[in-house]
Amino acid sequence: MSNIVVIAEVRGGQLKRPSLEAATAALQLASATGGKVTAIACGANLDAACAELQKSGVHQITAIEGATFANYCGDAYAKAIADQAKAAGATSVLMAHTAMGKDLLPRVAALLEGSITTDAVAVSFANGSFTAQKPVFSGKATMTVRALKAPFCVTLRPNNFAAASGGGSAATTKVAAPGGDLLAVVKEIIAAGGGKTPLQEAKVVVAGGRGLKEAQHFKLIEDLAAAFGPGVAAVGASRAVVDAGWRSHSEQVGQTGKVVSPPLYFAIGISGAIQHLAGMRTARTIVAINKDADAPIFKVADFGIVGDAFEIVPALTQAIAAIVASK
Amino acid sequence: MDIVVCIKRVPATDATIKIAADGKSIDTTGVQFVLNAYDEFAVEQALKIKEQLGTGTVTVVTIGSKDAQKELRDTLGRGADKAVLLTTDQWMHDGASTAAALAAWIKTQPCNLVLCGRQAMDSDNNQLPANLATRLGFACITEVTKLTLENGTFTAERDIEGAREVVTCKTPAVISCHKGLNEPRLPSLKGIMAAKKKPLEEAAAQLPAATVEIVSLTLPPARAAGRIIGNGAAAVPALIAALRNEAKVL
Repeated sequence: MSNIVVIAEVRGGQLKRPSLEAATAALQLASATGGKVTAIACGANLDAACAELQKSGVHQITAIEGATFANYCGDAYAKAIADQAKAAGATSVLMAHTAMGKDLLPRVAALLEGSITTDAVAVSFANGSFTAQKPVFSGKATMTVRALKAPFCVTLRPNNFAAASGGGSAATTKVAAPGGDLLAVVKEIIAAGGGKTPLQEAKVVVAGGRGLKEAQHFKLIEDLAAAFGPGVAAVGASRAVVDAGWRSHSEQVGQTGKVVSPPLYFAIGISGAIQHLAGMRTARTIVAINKDADAPIFKVADFGIVGDAFEIVPALTQAIAAIVASK
Repeated sequence: MDIVVCIKRVPATDATIKIAADGKSIDTTGVQFVLNAYDEFAVEQALKIKEQLGTGTVTVVTIGSKDAQKELRDTLGRGADKAVLLTTDQWMHDGASTAAALAAWIKTQPCNLVLCGRQAMDSDNNQLPANLATRLGFACITEVTKLTLENGTFTAERDIEGAREVVTCKTPAVISCHKGLNEPRLPSLKGIMAAKKKPLEEAAAQLPAATVEIVSLTLPPARAAGRIIGNGAAAVPALIAALRNEAKVL
């Protein structure tokens, strides 16, 4: 029996959507291996998250619950999850490639003495072995790896799988979170101002670059993002404008910033240097707006408009706002 | 504090990647290799901590071919005390094996703190720091953009989705460094001269059996040719139509 574990990310009691995408990948693997999927979640109060996980169609849920697990703590989460993954007979452990996933799964892999691949865009099981595909060299190549050691631990790039919604009535097993000393302790979580949509979770990313000429012109970008309605779009920035101090590094998309893969990406006044493409080339639909018809961004964009962003973007914002209002 | 900094020699970010004839590696002809950009933040932070404390050692280690002597010398030129090359002819893409080999070596060294770049810009794994820390039983904070050390306690900030986490730990620890943490110094002329006299030791890397193998390395599927919808604000209605009817994203 070759069972699959998916680690469900819960923050502030809320199940994070990329975990449901990882559940989809886990269910696909399990149908190939003939095994079952166990979702493992950690937190202080997991009732709401477990109810959502039940709707995903996973076969079993293990909730490791307790006050000590209210905030993420890598070493303690990893140990508790590794124990449960062993008990579940996992031959593969999946998680979304989020800030938590990047920090947590390598620890779980080390404790289970397994193999690990990260930021994968596809995972499969055939002829008795697991393989995964992942971008390497900043997205300039794709590597396919085969696992030689079990369990095969994989983080999955968000927005590459549909969220699992198979329904079902998975039983939840509650496990008490251990107490004890932590090696590293989260003291505080400082929310980004204004209830902004996190860049990596946004359905739409509106990114601006040097072509906007001045920091204050980013208002155009913010307005277009806002036009999609609350919780839909996030603002991104090119390296050039982050280095110039116009925007915070937390908004940078690209090689030394964040990798995003949203259904819709707008590159406005961004030339499309290879460093930027590394962060967004797996977006489903890319729209470029640039005054230079020869800008490399047009080579990866699905749709482009050549011209002055200061004229085009307000018109686009108005059109999007009208569509959103009519829904 | 005895600090070990783990670095990697990687293709420069603007390098053109071509697949070699074996279909599993890159053709390195004409490719310029450099010190991984995130590792520059790790080296800089190590030097800063040593400066702050006024005592301690900074040892830089890599697993790689003899060519990596160049990147190790670069870090000595910036101010590291000693460099160690754990030799192998393999391309280290296997994070678990790399972590195992580094953990085995670090256990033989005086070491309270390991600093790493958050990921190497070749395999783009972002696995090693947390995997290594777990093998060593060290505290671990990854992707750190701000770090202070006071009375033996590290306080770090890291970006998470929509927020920042403030995390504290004591030594021994592994901390991985992200852009924004510091402004890396470059090797000075004096530093480069001094580096020539600093120790650069070599030993064979104690690599365990591989945990993953490369099946293939391919160029990414080219995005289907896009098109210019038009010029100026007049093209907006056509763009909206394309997004609704073709891409179906609105």
